[in-house]
Amino acid sequence: MASISDMDMAPPTAKDIAVGAVFAGSPSDYFALLKPRVMSLVCFTAMVGTVLSPGSVHPVLAVTALLCIAVGAGAAGAINMWFDSDIDGLMARTRGRPIPAGRIEPGAALGFGVSLAVGSVILMGLALNLLAAGLLAFTILFYALVYTAWLKRRTPQNIVIGGAAGALPPVVGWAAVSGELSLLPLLLFAIIFLWTPPHFWALALYRRDDYERVGVPMLPVVSGDRVTRRQILFYSVGLVLASISPVVLGLAGWVHGVGAGVLGALFLWHAVRVWRGTGEAEARTLFGVSILYLFLLFVLLLADHAVMLAGWLGR
Amino acid sequence: MTELDKSRRRQRARNLAVGLALAGLVVLFYLITIAKLGTTP
Repeated sequence: MASISDMDMAPPTAKDIAVGAVFAGSPSDYFALLKPRVMSLVCFTAMVGTVLSPGSVHPVLAVTALLCIAVGAGAAGAINMWFDSDIDGLMARTRGRPIPAGRIEPGAALGFGVSLAVGSVILMGLALNLLAAGLLAFTILFYALVYTAWLKRRTPQNIVIGGAAGALPPVVGWAAVSGELSLLPLLLFAIIFLWTPPHFWALALYRRDDYERVGVPMLPVVSGDRVTRRQILFYSVGLVLASISPVVLGLAGWVHGVGAGVLGALFLWHAVRVWRGTGEAEARTLFGVSILYLFLLFVLLLADHAVMLAGWLGR
Repeated sequence: MTELDKSRRRQRARNLAVGLALAGLVVLFYLITIAKLGTTP
């Protein structure tokens, strides 16, 4: 009878080699397919949606909802990486991704993404409710089909319209807890929707060469720097107005109002610097600031909610 | 370490990751069941 040591030293069969080639990636490579940094911001905004939502669910179900949203977002990211693997290999920012770097076969990435997408939506429906599951499915399909497969390579409005996918997680989180929608989750959607263009156009300003090389019609490539810088400013004004709308409409308190005002002023200052500037430095700074801005804005929503719950201060 | 050794090492790592994920799902499904039974009127 063959011993374990004999099996370890046996020469590889054709099946060994074929399986090893198709599934060559390590667990960390598969995790990288999910775009973990995007997934973490998605999960955080979704968490805020679940906390702000009226009603309550068992903590296990709340954690399940966040897990489903995070995995669903990651699945959409994996499908995006599968579709864009051809251009990812030609761009400096993305050529190290698992598929263009040859660590994972495209088909394996697609199967991984689709499996996670289907599983997360089913689990959301079984554990929470059909509204949340439907919204999650819509989010994944919108990102994978509408943005990635359709808009990204066809129009400079790609990230404007496609940004809806990134704006939906707090809405899904809200729906998971309450089973319905109302004005506040739609305002959260609007905030992220209006945040997306200045965020990605700031990136595109200093990565213009990459996008031009692969033919992705980002706004700086199609319309030039000046138009892009002006549009960044316009959307930044809209974003700041949206960010204070919860207070104006009586859906949030002064903690959020004051904080959103201060953050908005800082964001606008950086947007004006981009508008008035010509170099890459201001755009790089705005890109970094935009991530911190969104995170802090949603932290303020949580803080405001906590204050109101504690009853320390009224609206 | 040969390429085949590296490939098998990655395969073992993937097997472990899949096993842990499946075990985690079993625990999650159990907890979800308890939670939903507890909230059912």
